[in-house]
Amino acid sequence: MEQDWKDELDDLLKESGSRSRDTIPVLHKVQERFGHVPPEALPTIARRLHVSESELYGVLSFYKAFSLRPKDAHTISVCLGTACHVRGGEQIIQELENALGISAGKSTADGLFTLETVNCLGCCAIGPVMVVDGVTQARITPQAARELLARIRAGEKKS
Amino acid sequence: MDETVLIRRTIVVTAGTCGRASGALEIRDALRAEIDRLGAGDRVGLLVTGCHGFCEMEPSVVVQPEGIFYGKLKPADAAAIVKQTALAGKVVEKLACKIPTTGRVVARLEQIPFFKKQMRVLLENNLRVDPEKIEDYIRIGGYRALTKGLFDMTSEGVIEEVRRAGLRGRGGAGFPTAVKWGLCRKAAGHPKYIICNADEGDPGAYMDRSLLEGNPHAVIEGMILGAYAMGANEGFIYVRGEYPLAVENVGRAIEQARSCGLLGPAILGSEFHFDLQLIQGAGAFVSGEETALMASIEGRKAFPRQRPPYPAESGLWGKPTNINNVETWANVPLILDRGSAWYASIGTEKSKGTKIFSLVGRVKNTGLVEVPMGVTLREIIEDIGGGVPEGRTLKAVQTGGPSGGCLPAASVDLALDYETLAKAGSIMGSGGMIVLDDRTCMVDLARYYLHFLEEESCGKCAPCRVGTRLMSELLGRMTAGTADEADLARLESLAQTVKTASLCGLGQTAANPILSTLTHFRSEYEAHIREKRCPAGVCRELASSPDQPARPIGRKALKNKERGRS
Repeated sequence: MEQDWKDELDDLLKESGSRSRDTIPVLHKVQERFGHVPPEALPTIARRLHVSESELYGVLSFYKAFSLRPKDAHTISVCLGTACHVRGGEQIIQELENALGISAGKSTADGLFTLETVNCLGCCAIGPVMVVDGVTQARITPQAARELLARIRAGEKKS
Repeated sequence: MDETVLIRRTIVVTAGTCGRASGALEIRDALRAEIDRLGAGDRVGLLVTGCHGFCEMEPSVVVQPEGIFYGKLKPADAAAIVKQTALAGKVVEKLACKIPTTGRVVARLEQIPFFKKQMRVLLENNLRVDPEKIEDYIRIGGYRALTKGLFDMTSEGVIEEVRRAGLRGRGGAGFPTAVKWGLCRKAAGHPKYIICNADEGDPGAYMDRSLLEGNPHAVIEGMILGAYAMGANEGFIYVRGEYPLAVENVGRAIEQARSCGLLGPAILGSEFHFDLQLIQGAGAFVSGEETALMASIEGRKAFPRQRPPYPAESGLWGKPTNINNVETWANVPLILDRGSAWYASIGTEKSKGTKIFSLVGRVKNTGLVEVPMGVTLREIIEDIGGGVPEGRTLKAVQTGGPSGGCLPAASVDLALDYETLAKAGSIMGSGGMIVLDDRTCMVDLARYYLHFLEEESCGKCAPCRVGTRLMSELLGRMTAGTADEADLARLESLAQTVKTASLCGLGQTAANPILSTLTHFRSEYEAHIREKRCPAGVCRELASSPDQPARPIGRKALKNKERGRS
C-alpha cells in the first residue's frame, strides 16, 4: 500500500517540471491526486524541484489551496464575498456552524464534514452561494443549508 | 447534390459558473432530448456558451437570430422552447421577461432594460462562441487582428495604435496601456515576459471570470499581440484557483491555439515565436498585487516587494515584464481589428472604451454590465439594474473592492470614469459595484472588509499585518456595542498610519473602507458608539432604533449557548 502511494507520487513528479518555478503547479497536482499534500511526500517533492524542504513548506503553508491534512468526506465552502455578505452569507455560515457544532475551518468529529469559507467565488449575482463537494449551489437560505446537510447525512447512512 | 441543411434557429444555453450552479446543464440536456425526440436536429442548433451577464436570470437561453431571451428556466420548459420558439418563431410569453411596472412582455434581448442601455463590445462574443471550440472564435473574426498586427504592422505600430485608442489598465489604476508597453519594449534585458493578471480576488467582482470562461481566445489573442509589440517570447496567465471553469477553459484554449500554430514557434508562418503558460493560483488575495503575483509565478510565497523597480525594468526573474489585467488584454484585439479611431470614439475624453462592472448587492437586476465609460451610476443602478428592491432606498454604492470606497446615494449622477471616481473618494478598481440599501450597516461593511484584509494580509510588513488586525478588532467592538469614543479616534489614527507605512497596495488601501464610510456615514459610527444602536438593524448585539431596547442575547452568546448544548 505504502509503496503504491510512493510510486504514484514518483509517476506524477516524473511528468512535472523540476524547476523551483514549477512548485505551485506541482503542489496543485499532488493536492488534486491525494486530496492533500502528504507530509511524508515533502522531501521527495523538494528534491525534485531543487528547493529546500523548508522553502517548500513555506510555500505550501502560505496558500490556502494546499493542505497537509486529508480533507473529510464532504467539504462545504461558504462564500463570504461582499455580495454574498450583504445578502446574508454570514447567516449561512452561522447556520452550518450551529448545525455541525464546529466553527469554520474545522472538521466534524465523525470525519464527515469539513466546513470552510471562501472570499468570493465570483457568482455574486446568484448569492449567497456555497460549494458542496465541488458543486456550486446558488441562492442558499439557512433552511436550504440545513436540508442539504440532512440529505448528505441520509445518503451516508444508506451507503 | 447534398441535401440543404437549413438550421434556422439556434438555442444558446449560457453555461458559465453561474449558469451551471443554477442548472444550465440540465436545461441543455432537456433541450437536446427534446430536439432529438422531434427529430429536429437538422433545423434547430444548440450552442453552449459562457455567460451573458444577466446571471440573476440563470438558467437561461437565447434563441437566435431573434435574440429571444428566457430566464429562470426549468427542464420542463424545454418542450415549449423547441417547439414554439426554435421551430415556429413564436414567443412563449410565460417564459419571457416582463416590465415590472406595466407587465408588458419583452422577449428580445435588446428590449430588456437590463441589456438595452449596455454597450457590449466585449461581452457580446460570449453569446456567440462555444468556449471549448477555437473554430467558433475564428468564425466570428477571431485572430484576424493578430494577422493584421503580425503582417501589416510593426511592433511600434501596434503600440501606437493602442496609444491612439486611449486604452487604460482595467485592473484598477487606469495607467495608459501603451505607455506601459513602451517602457517594457524599450527596457534593456532579455528575455522579456508578459503576464495576464487573472487573479481576480476582489470580492464582488467577477467580470474577468466571465471573459475567461466565455471567450478565452480573446485574451490569448490580445496577449500574442502584446508580446509581439513588446518583444516578449514567453507569457503567463495567472488564473485564480477559485475559478475552476476558467482554469479549464483557458487551459484548453491555450492547447488549441498551440495546435493551430497560433502559439509556439513561427506563429502563422511569421518569424515571431511566443508561448503561454497557465498558472493556477492557490488561494491568496495578495497574489493579485503585481509584484506578489510575479513571486508566485516564480514558485515562491506571494510576498509583494517595494516598487520601484517596476516590473517593466525588473520583473519576473529580474527581467523586463509587463502585467495587464484580463479585460485590458481582451480589449486589444478589438482595437486592432476595428481600429483605434472606433475605439476612441467610445467613452469620455480621458477614459476610452467600455468597462464591465459587476452590478451586485441590493439591486433588482444583478449581473455583469458593460457600458461605455462616462455613463452615470444612476443609469447603471436604475435603468439597467432596475433600482433597489421595492420599499428600500439606495444608501451607497461600493466600488473598487476592498481598496475602493463607498459613494453615497447623493453621488449617483457622477460619471463613471477613472478621474471622476478618484475625485469622489473611490476608485474604478477592477469594476466591482456593490449596491447598498438602507438595510446595510456601513460600520458592519467596514468590519467585513477589514476582517477580509486582516485574513489576507501576507504578513510581510508590520503596518499591514498588525494594523489590519487592530482595525478589524476596533470595528468588531463597535458592531458589538463595546466601543467608546477613544476607539473611534484610535481607528482614525491607525487608518492613517497603515495607509502611509504599508509596503504594497493591499496595506496602503486597507483603510479605505473605513475612511470612505467615515467621510459619508460618520453618524452611523457615532450611533454605534454613543447610543449602542445600529440604525440599519444589522448588528445584532445592538438595538436598531432608540426606543427599542438592545436584544438580551447577542449573536455570539446565542451561538455559544447552542454549541454548549450540542
